[in-house]
Amino acid sequence: MKELTALLAGLIFGLGIALSGMANPAKVINFFDVFGTFDPSLLVVMGSALVTTFIGYRIVFKSQSKPVFEPSFSLPTKSTIDASLIGGSIAFGIGWGISGFCPGGAIPALGFGGVGSFAFVGAMLVGLIIGRELKHGNVFANPKLESKKS
Amino acid sequence: MQTEFTPLLSLTGGILIGVSAVILMWLNGRIAGMTGILAGILPPFESDWAWRAAFTAGAIASPLIWIALGNRIEFAIPVSTIELVIGGLIVGVGVTYGGGCTSGHGVCGMARLSKRSIAATITFMIATFITVFIIRHVLGQS
Repeated sequence: MKELTALLAGLIFGLGIALSGMANPAKVINFFDVFGTFDPSLLVVMGSALVTTFIGYRIVFKSQSKPVFEPSFSLPTKSTIDASLIGGSIAFGIGWGISGFCPGGAIPALGFGGVGSFAFVGAMLVGLIIGRELKHGNVFANPKLESKKS
Repeated sequence: MQTEFTPLLSLTGGILIGVSAVILMWLNGRIAGMTGILAGILPPFESDWAWRAAFTAGAIASPLIWIALGNRIEFAIPVSTIELVIGGLIVGVGVTYGGGCTSGHGVCGMARLSKRSIAATITFMIATFITVFIIRHVLGQS
Protein backbone atom coordinates (compact mmCIF):
# COMPACT_ATOMS: atom_id res chain seq x y z
CA MET A 1 0.00 0.00 0.00
CA LYS A 2 2.78 2.45 0.85
CA GLU A 3 4.13 2.00 -2.70
CA LEU A 4 0.74 2.96 -4.16
CA THR A 5 0.46 6.02 -1.94
CA ALA A 6 4.06 6.99 -2.80
CA LEU A 7 3.16 6.64 -6.48
CA LEU A 8 0.17 8.94 -5.94
CA ALA A 9 2.35 11.49 -4.12
CA GLY A 10 4.94 11.22 -6.92
CA LEU A 11 2.32 11.80 -9.62
CA ILE A 12 1.11 14.97 -7.86
CA PHE A 13 4.69 16.11 -7.21
CA GLY A 14 5.77 15.66 -10.85
CA LEU A 15 2.77 17.54 -12.20
CA GLY A 16 3.25 20.31 -9.65
CA ILE A 17 6.92 20.66 -10.55
CA ALA A 18 6.19 20.66 -14.28
CA LEU A 19 3.36 23.21 -14.09
CA SER A 20 5.20 25.47 -11.64
CA GLY A 21 8.28 25.99 -13.81
CA MET A 22 10.76 24.35 -11.41
CA ALA A 23 11.58 21.82 -14.15
CA ASN A 24 12.34 24.60 -16.63
CA PRO A 25 16.02 25.66 -16.37
CA ALA A 26 15.40 28.88 -18.33
CA LYS A 27 12.79 29.97 -15.79
CA VAL A 28 14.84 28.84 -12.79
CA ILE A 29 17.96 30.74 -13.87
CA ASN A 30 15.86 33.82 -14.66
CA PHE A 31 14.49 33.80 -11.12
CA PHE A 32 18.02 34.18 -9.81
CA ASP A 33 18.97 36.69 -12.50
CA VAL A 34 17.49 39.67 -10.67
CA PHE A 35 19.69 42.13 -12.60
CA GLY A 36 18.90 40.58 -15.97
CA THR A 37 15.93 38.66 -17.37
CA PHE A 38 14.23 38.38 -13.96
CA ASP A 39 11.18 36.12 -13.65
CA PRO A 40 9.66 36.04 -10.12
CA SER A 41 7.60 32.87 -10.75
CA LEU A 42 9.74 30.68 -8.50
CA LEU A 43 9.00 32.86 -5.51
CA VAL A 44 5.32 32.02 -6.03
CA VAL A 45 6.17 28.31 -6.36
CA MET A 46 8.29 28.11 -3.24
CA GLY A 47 5.93 30.31 -1.24
CA SER A 48 2.77 28.38 -2.11
CA ALA A 49 4.48 24.97 -1.70
CA LEU A 50 5.85 26.04 1.69
CA VAL A 51 2.55 27.47 3.00
CA THR A 52 0.58 24.41 1.81
CA THR A 53 3.07 22.02 3.43
CA PHE A 54 3.28 24.10 6.62
CA ILE A 55 -0.51 24.01 7.10
CA GLY A 56 -0.87 20.38 5.99
CA TYR A 57 1.94 19.11 8.23
CA ARG A 58 0.40 20.88 11.23
CA ILE A 59 -2.97 19.23 10.61
CA VAL A 60 -1.31 15.81 10.15
CA PHE A 61 0.92 16.06 13.24
CA LYS A 62 -1.93 17.39 15.40
CA SER A 63 -4.57 14.89 14.34
CA GLN A 64 -2.41 11.75 14.10
CA SER A 65 0.19 10.12 16.30
CA LYS A 66 1.41 8.01 13.38
CA PRO A 67 1.06 7.91 9.59
CA VAL A 68 -1.75 5.83 8.10
CA PHE A 69 0.40 3.08 6.54
CA GLU A 70 3.54 3.12 8.69
CA PRO A 71 4.15 2.61 12.40
CA SER A 72 5.84 6.00 12.86
CA PHE A 73 6.82 9.28 11.18
CA SER A 74 10.36 9.18 9.73
CA LEU A 75 11.68 12.64 10.52
CA PRO A 76 15.31 13.81 10.42
CA THR A 77 16.76 13.93 13.93
CA LYS A 78 19.94 15.93 13.31
CA SER A 79 19.74 19.49 14.57
CA THR A 80 23.28 20.83 14.33
CA ILE A 81 24.23 23.27 11.60
CA ASP A 82 27.65 21.96 10.56
CA ALA A 83 30.22 22.50 7.84
CA SER A 84 28.85 19.59 5.83
CA LEU A 85 25.37 21.16 5.69
CA ILE A 86 26.62 24.62 4.74
CA GLY A 87 29.41 23.48 2.39
CA GLY A 88 27.11 21.00 0.67
CA SER A 89 24.40 23.63 0.29
CA ILE A 90 26.88 26.10 -1.22
CA ALA A 91 27.98 23.43 -3.72
CA PHE A 92 24.36 22.57 -4.49
CA GLY A 93 23.62 26.25 -5.15
CA ILE A 94 26.60 26.57 -7.49
CA GLY A 95 25.48 23.51 -9.45
CA TRP A 96 21.87 24.74 -9.53
CA GLY A 97 23.03 28.13 -10.83
CA ILE A 98 25.24 26.60 -13.54
CA SER A 99 22.62 24.14 -14.82
CA GLY A 100 19.23 25.53 -13.80
CA PHE A 101 18.25 22.06 -12.52
CA CYS A 102 17.73 20.93 -8.94
CA PRO A 103 17.05 17.23 -8.18
CA GLY A 104 13.30 17.69 -7.73
CA GLY A 105 13.11 19.76 -10.91
CA ALA A 106 15.20 17.42 -13.05
CA ILE A 107 13.45 14.10 -12.33
CA PRO A 108 10.02 15.20 -13.67
CA ALA A 109 11.85 16.75 -16.66
CA LEU A 110 13.21 13.33 -17.69
CA GLY A 111 10.00 12.57 -19.58
CA PHE A 112 9.80 15.78 -21.62
CA GLY A 113 13.17 17.50 -21.28
CA GLY A 114 15.06 15.52 -23.91
CA VAL A 115 18.77 14.70 -23.84
CA GLY A 116 19.64 17.65 -21.62
CA SER A 117 17.66 16.39 -18.65
CA PHE A 118 19.25 12.94 -19.01
CA ALA A 119 22.72 14.52 -19.14
CA PHE A 120 21.99 16.39 -15.91
CA VAL A 121 20.35 13.48 -14.05
CA GLY A 122 23.09 11.03 -15.13
CA ALA A 123 25.80 13.39 -13.90
CA MET A 124 23.85 14.09 -10.70
CA LEU A 125 23.58 10.37 -9.88
CA VAL A 126 27.35 10.03 -10.44
CA GLY A 127 27.74 13.07 -8.15
CA LEU A 128 25.59 11.40 -5.46
CA ILE A 129 27.87 8.34 -5.55
CA ILE A 130 31.06 10.47 -5.56
CA GLY A 131 29.59 12.43 -2.63
CA ARG A 132 29.09 9.24 -0.63
CA GLU A 133 32.66 8.17 -1.34
CA LEU A 134 34.05 11.58 -0.31
CA LYS A 135 31.81 11.98 2.74
CA HIS A 136 31.74 8.43 4.09
CA GLY A 137 34.66 6.74 2.29
CA ASN A 138 32.16 4.26 0.91
CA VAL A 139 30.11 4.41 -2.29
CA PHE A 140 27.48 2.25 -0.63
CA ALA A 141 27.19 4.46 2.44
CA ASN A 142 23.55 5.04 3.21
CA PRO A 143 22.90 8.51 4.60
CA LYS A 144 19.36 7.46 5.59
CA LEU A 145 20.62 4.81 7.97
CA GLU A 146 23.27 7.12 9.33
CA SER A 147 20.79 9.91 10.09
CA LYS A 148 18.56 7.43 11.97
CA LYS A 149 21.46 6.44 14.22
CA SER A 150 22.56 9.95 15.12
CA MET B 1 16.45 34.13 -22.70
CA GLN B 2 13.30 35.87 -21.48
CA THR B 3 10.60 33.84 -19.72
CA GLU B 4 7.13 35.02 -18.85
CA PHE B 5 5.95 35.51 -15.25
CA THR B 6 3.37 32.76 -14.68
CA PRO B 7 1.76 33.50 -11.29
CA LEU B 8 -1.30 31.25 -11.69
CA LEU B 9 0.54 28.22 -13.06
CA SER B 10 3.30 28.62 -10.49
CA LEU B 11 0.76 28.98 -7.68
CA THR B 12 -1.10 25.86 -8.85
CA GLY B 13 2.16 23.94 -9.22
CA GLY B 14 3.42 25.06 -5.82
CA ILE B 15 0.20 24.01 -4.11
CA LEU B 16 0.41 20.59 -5.82
CA ILE B 17 4.02 20.19 -4.59
CA GLY B 18 2.78 20.99 -1.08
CA VAL B 19 -0.19 18.60 -1.37
CA SER B 20 2.21 15.85 -2.46
CA ALA B 21 4.47 16.50 0.55
CA VAL B 22 1.49 16.43 2.93
CA ILE B 23 0.09 13.20 1.43
CA LEU B 24 3.47 11.47 1.75
CA MET B 25 3.75 12.54 5.40
CA TRP B 26 0.11 11.77 6.25
CA LEU B 27 0.03 8.29 4.68
CA ASN B 28 3.67 7.13 4.72
CA GLY B 29 5.28 9.36 7.35
CA ARG B 30 7.98 10.39 4.90
CA ILE B 31 9.67 13.62 3.81
CA ALA B 32 9.10 14.34 0.10
CA GLY B 33 12.73 15.22 -0.55
CA MET B 34 14.14 14.24 -3.92
CA THR B 35 17.71 13.91 -2.59
CA GLY B 36 16.75 11.31 0.03
CA ILE B 37 14.44 9.52 -2.36
CA LEU B 38 17.13 9.23 -5.07
CA ALA B 39 19.81 8.24 -2.54
CA GLY B 40 17.49 5.46 -1.38
CA ILE B 41 17.08 4.16 -4.92
CA LEU B 42 20.83 3.83 -5.51
CA PRO B 43 22.51 0.66 -4.16
CA PRO B 44 22.60 -0.76 -1.53
CA PHE B 45 18.96 -1.62 -1.95
CA GLU B 46 17.28 -1.53 1.43
CA SER B 47 13.77 -2.72 2.11
CA ASP B 48 12.45 0.81 1.60
CA TRP B 49 13.56 0.86 -2.00
CA ALA B 50 10.16 0.27 -3.59
CA TRP B 51 8.21 3.31 -2.36
CA ARG B 52 11.02 5.62 -3.44
CA ALA B 53 11.06 4.05 -6.90
CA ALA B 54 7.26 4.41 -7.03
CA PHE B 55 7.43 8.11 -6.09
CA THR B 56 10.12 8.73 -8.73
CA ALA B 57 8.17 6.83 -11.40
CA GLY B 58 5.07 8.87 -10.59
CA ALA B 59 7.02 12.13 -10.78
CA ILE B 60 8.30 11.21 -14.26
CA ALA B 61 4.95 9.87 -15.49
CA SER B 62 2.55 12.67 -14.58
CA PRO B 63 4.05 15.41 -16.81
CA LEU B 64 3.92 12.91 -19.70
CA ILE B 65 0.25 12.13 -18.96
CA TRP B 66 -0.41 15.90 -18.83
CA ILE B 67 1.21 16.32 -22.27
CA ALA B 68 -0.65 13.26 -23.65
CA LEU B 69 -3.91 14.95 -22.59
CA GLY B 70 -3.05 17.76 -24.99
CA ASN B 71 -1.39 20.27 -22.66
CA ARG B 72 1.90 22.06 -23.06
CA ILE B 73 4.74 22.32 -20.56
CA GLU B 74 7.03 25.32 -20.89
CA PHE B 75 10.63 24.11 -21.15
CA ALA B 76 13.95 25.52 -22.37
CA ILE B 77 17.56 24.85 -21.47
CA PRO B 78 19.61 28.05 -21.80
CA VAL B 79 22.95 26.38 -21.02
CA SER B 80 25.27 23.93 -22.81
CA THR B 81 25.38 20.17 -22.25
CA ILE B 82 28.82 20.58 -20.63
CA GLU B 83 27.27 22.98 -18.11
CA LEU B 84 24.46 20.50 -17.43
CA VAL B 85 26.98 17.73 -16.74
CA ILE B 86 29.25 19.89 -14.56
CA GLY B 87 26.19 21.29 -12.76
CA GLY B 88 24.78 17.79 -12.26
CA LEU B 89 28.02 16.49 -10.74
CA ILE B 90 28.27 19.44 -8.34
CA VAL B 91 24.57 19.17 -7.40
CA GLY B 92 24.94 15.44 -6.69
CA VAL B 93 27.95 15.93 -4.41
CA GLY B 94 26.46 19.05 -2.80
CA VAL B 95 23.08 17.58 -1.87
CA THR B 96 24.81 14.51 -0.43
CA TYR B 97 26.89 16.68 1.92
CA GLY B 98 24.01 19.07 2.54
CA GLY B 99 21.55 16.27 3.19
CA GLY B 100 18.82 17.69 0.97
CA CYS B 101 17.76 20.02 -1.80
CA THR B 102 14.94 22.41 -2.67
CA SER B 103 12.21 19.85 -1.95
CA GLY B 104 13.61 18.27 1.23
CA HIS B 105 15.12 21.35 2.88
CA GLY B 106 13.34 24.17 1.03
CA VAL B 107 9.78 22.86 1.31
CA CYS B 108 9.47 19.98 3.81
CA GLY B 109 12.23 21.03 6.23
CA MET B 110 11.26 24.71 6.22
CA ALA B 111 7.62 23.69 6.80
CA ARG B 112 8.80 21.80 9.92
CA LEU B 113 10.73 24.94 10.93
CA SER B 114 13.92 22.84 11.03
CA LYS B 115 16.90 25.09 11.76
CA ARG B 116 19.14 22.95 9.55
CA SER B 117 16.74 23.25 6.62
CA ILE B 118 16.30 27.00 7.05
CA ALA B 119 20.12 27.42 7.14
CA ALA B 120 20.56 25.13 4.12
CA THR B 121 17.85 26.88 2.09
CA ILE B 122 19.17 30.39 2.77
CA THR B 123 22.68 29.14 1.90
CA PHE B 124 21.85 27.49 -1.39
CA MET B 125 19.55 30.31 -2.52
CA ILE B 126 22.37 32.84 -1.95
CA ALA B 127 24.94 30.53 -3.61
CA THR B 128 22.69 30.08 -6.64
CA PHE B 129 22.06 33.82 -6.89
CA ILE B 130 25.80 34.59 -6.77
CA THR B 131 26.60 31.85 -9.29
CA VAL B 132 24.02 33.13 -11.79
CA PHE B 133 25.21 36.71 -11.24
CA ILE B 134 28.84 35.74 -11.92
CA ILE B 135 28.02 33.65 -15.00
CA ARG B 136 25.66 36.20 -16.56
CA HIS B 137 27.05 39.56 -15.47
CA VAL B 138 30.73 39.01 -14.66
CA LEU B 139 31.63 36.39 -17.26
CA GLY B 140 28.92 37.82 -19.47
CA GLN B 141 27.19 34.69 -20.73
CA SER B 142 23.45 34.52 -21.13
